[in-house]
Amino acid sequence: MGFTQLETMMSRVCILDYGSGNVKSVYNLFASLADSVTISNTPADIENATHIVLPGVGAFAASMRRIHENLPLDALDRVVRTKCKPFLGICVGMQVLAERGFEFGETAGLGWIKGSIEKLDSKEFPLPHIGWNNIDCRQASPLLTGLENSPDLYFVHSFVFHPTDPETILATTDYGRQFCCVIQSDNIYGVQFHPEKSQRAGIKLAKNFLALS
Amino acid sequence: MKKNRVIPVLLLRNGWLVQSKQFKRYQNLGNPISAVKRLSQWGSDELIYLDISSDDTHDMRRDDLGHPNRNSIFEIIEDVSKEAFMPITVGGRIRSLHDIEKRLALGADKIAINTLALDNPKFIEQAAKEFGAQCVVVSIDAKLNNGVHQVMRADTREVTLNTALSWACQVEQLGAGEILLNSVDRDGMKNGYDLELLDQVSSAIKIPVIACGGVGDWEHFAQALRQTGVDAVAAANIFHYSDQSVYLAKKYLFEQGLNVRPAELLEI
Repeated sequence: MGFTQLETMMSRVCILDYGSGNVKSVYNLFASLADSVTISNTPADIENATHIVLPGVGAFAASMRRIHENLPLDALDRVVRTKCKPFLGICVGMQVLAERGFEFGETAGLGWIKGSIEKLDSKEFPLPHIGWNNIDCRQASPLLTGLENSPDLYFVHSFVFHPTDPETILATTDYGRQFCCVIQSDNIYGVQFHPEKSQRAGIKLAKNFLALS
Repeated sequence: MKKNRVIPVLLLRNGWLVQSKQFKRYQNLGNPISAVKRLSQWGSDELIYLDISSDDTHDMRRDDLGHPNRNSIFEIIEDVSKEAFMPITVGGRIRSLHDIEKRLALGADKIAINTLALDNPKFIEQAAKEFGAQCVVVSIDAKLNNGVHQVMRADTREVTLNTALSWACQVEQLGAGEILLNSVDRDGMKNGYDLELLDQVSSAIKIPVIACGGVGDWEHFAQALRQTGVDAVAAANIFHYSDQSVYLAKKYLFEQGLNVRPAELLEI
């Protein structure tokens, strides 16, 4: 294997920390898999990373407020949307990719994937949707290799992504109704569940993400 | 389909894991972190870690266990989250939004509040607004008093005027994401859950109820899942005394046809 090839396989993960989210758990997951992992919001670290992760636990409005306060959105936009580095949003980190959210009033999101965040219409099932639920893959994707057999992953949320374009839906989950649990638009991926909390299936997904380039 | 969860509860008391009996007697079990690793490997669906110390000091009083001594709950949470690729709820001694933020930043996924919610019910609303309802677990300790399940304060052991049922409804209204419902009478007694209490509360509210208190046999988990509307079954003591306990419990429930994740042992 040539040096250049090795070089391109090195994964340097930058985990964004906007003060709301289980940053440490996400760090622990990627630290066990990637060549290097940094928790940082500096443009330099974001530029230097091969993969970018936006974790999240929390309400949409509060998360967006903290994102505006803490993240260098210009640099992030350049790296993710112009340079097209693989990006993974987790839970609220997936939700903020939408154009707008409706948790505690209407709030604008990052608008990187068309759609909105709305309360899950779970029928007779209680909210939040907390616990292990299986996902059903709707499209083949390198992110979901090895996860085709409806594995259980860990969810904690009350709101879901309603994508405008059904083509962006990679997987769905059933809870009162079907909702999108894995979304993709080009190099931008989002998962509603928590891979860092999903034991074997979560580790597999994280490995798949790191294999994207 | 969403699965019912099997959740081990660890009780931390001034640096040691303990076993509790009716909130009165505590027996030391040992290192607060090595147990977490085992519970994770046995495929626990989640972990509830409650600090029941009466002050903020933690001392394992030895550091020859292949693990350094730890003197604060924060060091302990940090270590715990490194061992667990599963959701962790941390409770005990939370007094402010800042206390919540610190625990989440160190790797907790949810926090559990009890006394603070009783003293200041509005805090539930504030916490839900700031961190999302899904991360706010309200823990309720219920004690039978003249045939009625009343809420007991864990700090003073006083029975309050609230019934478990009315407090659970109020807590739901205020925006709590889940309720950890513990029976003080059954705690450490191994005679099974208080099914009446579980049924009463879980049929009155929509948010998930986690059953706790009294498990002495895997069948007790099955009883709660079959006969009441609880979403998760938790226990403390029973998981400590046998190898692969969580794995065996889940295997038993799965074979009984209950809606749990298939049991698996993980190499992490």
